[in-house]
Amino acid sequence: MLLAQQFVNGLMLGSIYALVAVAFTLTIGVLNFLNFSIPGIFMLGGMFTWIFLKSGLPLGLVVLLALVIGAAASLLVERSSYRQMMGSDHFIPLVSSMGFLILYENLVLIFWGSDIQVVNSPFRDVSVTVFGLIISIPQLAGLALAVTMAYVLTRILYGTSTGRGLRAIAENPDSAIMLGVHVFRIVPVVFLFSGLFTALAGVIFALNYTQVHPFMGEEVALKGISAMVIGGMGSVWGAIVGGLLIGVAEILSISSFGSDFVDIAVYGLLLVILVIRPEGLFGGSALGRERL
Amino acid sequence: MTSYQTGLLVILSINIVIAYGAYLPIAAGQMNLGIAGFMALGAYASAYVANNAGLPPIVTIFIGAGFAGLLALIVAVPILRTRGIYLALATFALGQIVAAAILNVELVGAAEGYSVLDHFGLATIAPITIATIAVVAYLNRTRFGLNLTAISQDELLANLFGVRTRRLQIAAFTLGAFFAGLGGALHAHYYNYIRPQDFNILLSIYIILFVLLGGTRSVLGPIVGAAIFTFLPEIFRDLDKKFSAFFDQVPDWLGQASAWRFAIFAALIIVFMMLRPQGIMTRGATRAAARWVAWCVRRLGFARSSGARP
Repeated sequence: MLLAQQFVNGLMLGSIYALVAVAFTLTIGVLNFLNFSIPGIFMLGGMFTWIFLKSGLPLGLVVLLALVIGAAASLLVERSSYRQMMGSDHFIPLVSSMGFLILYENLVLIFWGSDIQVVNSPFRDVSVTVFGLIISIPQLAGLALAVTMAYVLTRILYGTSTGRGLRAIAENPDSAIMLGVHVFRIVPVVFLFSGLFTALAGVIFALNYTQVHPFMGEEVALKGISAMVIGGMGSVWGAIVGGLLIGVAEILSISSFGSDFVDIAVYGLLLVILVIRPEGLFGGSALGRERL
Repeated sequence: MTSYQTGLLVILSINIVIAYGAYLPIAAGQMNLGIAGFMALGAYASAYVANNAGLPPIVTIFIGAGFAGLLALIVAVPILRTRGIYLALATFALGQIVAAAILNVELVGAAEGYSVLDHFGLATIAPITIATIAVVAYLNRTRFGLNLTAISQDELLANLFGVRTRRLQIAAFTLGAFFAGLGGALHAHYYNYIRPQDFNILLSIYIILFVLLGGTRSVLGPIVGAAIFTFLPEIFRDLDKKFSAFFDQVPDWLGQASAWRFAIFAALIIVFMMLRPQGIMTRGATRAAARWVAWCVRRLGFARSSGARP
């Protein structure tokens, strides 16, 4: 029963990694751009949940505002890094997105300090017990939201003309432009979605684990990157499965080997997959396949 | 020179050596996000040998660097099968594994950190930095440097023209890891205390930023980038002090004045990358800088000779 409980906890933690991994996989799959501002946006989602809850706003409004701020922060990265550097050296947007990470972290640090803050989460002790397993409600909601949003995203990718444009850009940006895809109208959509996914992960993290600080995004983002690689870069469902796998593997290896070996296990797996099977465990999807 | 200024120069010297560790692979079109891992290897290997084998530290830093280079050579063969973002992520994973592995080795203090007995000052570190710059500048002028440029511009085409791309990329990666290890060893002998968590991914990213900000097409690029990253936050620190009277009157909600320097610094990186994405030092800028330095030298020479006149 303890093992089953650990497994459930792992799935819940994994749903946060999964959301971040989807955000990473979107910008890499479509734009071939490793967006390092994602940890900063995750942090903004978490911190603003704490800030708005503290000021006494109702929960629904808090989540909405935090998501809007995350999406706006992501669009700002698009405007001033990716858009300016279309067609230049592919390292360059990475540098600016890193600049945004430092900027966001320090701006939050300036106004709210570097201390770990405790979120006054309305869900702190709300949980249901199913077959003797304790499942906290916000965690369950987080997992459900992660899966729903991934479903909506795949519907958009495969069912709308925007999605077709995105897949065309992922396949070959130059021919997509020649064939009349409005790159500047479609690329912001990628950033909008990756910002929303990341900020939502931050909000869920803040409500579940009730601790936020300006550098909370870094560790989670590193796990998110690993999850994305394991699932196969550019694959939305791969990122979800990869995130859940990493969450479960992390919780299980902490409880059985101690936390010191977690990093070796996770990153060792990442390295082996990259070298032996760079398309990820679950094969390549249409997104990003030509880069493999 | 005050000890503060000497300290800054030492940090600059170490940063330049490490920046070349990232520069060489980038010059061959590869991004090594595991620089911090190779630094950690160099630092710990050098420190361990210096503490236990009784060799002079000037020898052990090269043992440390060689150790980092050797690991790079061993992993280069499988790792360089990957390209672009895959390579960046594979090296990132490698760096994390090295740091995590050291964290579990009790022999070198694990998470407690490891004390290094011998201390290096500016007098030892600066010559090593100058030698590093000289070696890279020389390599850049040889056929090796030319081939690396060719690979970074078009790997397939370079290969078609008979450049042994794979061999050269492995060489650039290994040499870069050697310099990263050397920089890590200098770091260990300057601070005399190292912890595995100091060699994290943010450090690797900062080092990549040195090179990309400074410019990847010129030997001067890493020097300029390292200088900016070393001095600019310090200049803002001085500004903080000068304007402390002003900042004291800033309302509370404006928060800690000292944190502003990092925010301003980050904003400068973003604006700079928008305006000059190719980095500060390009070939043209290098030539202009060379002309400027030559002009300054002439002026100095003239001023001195005229000053010596009765």
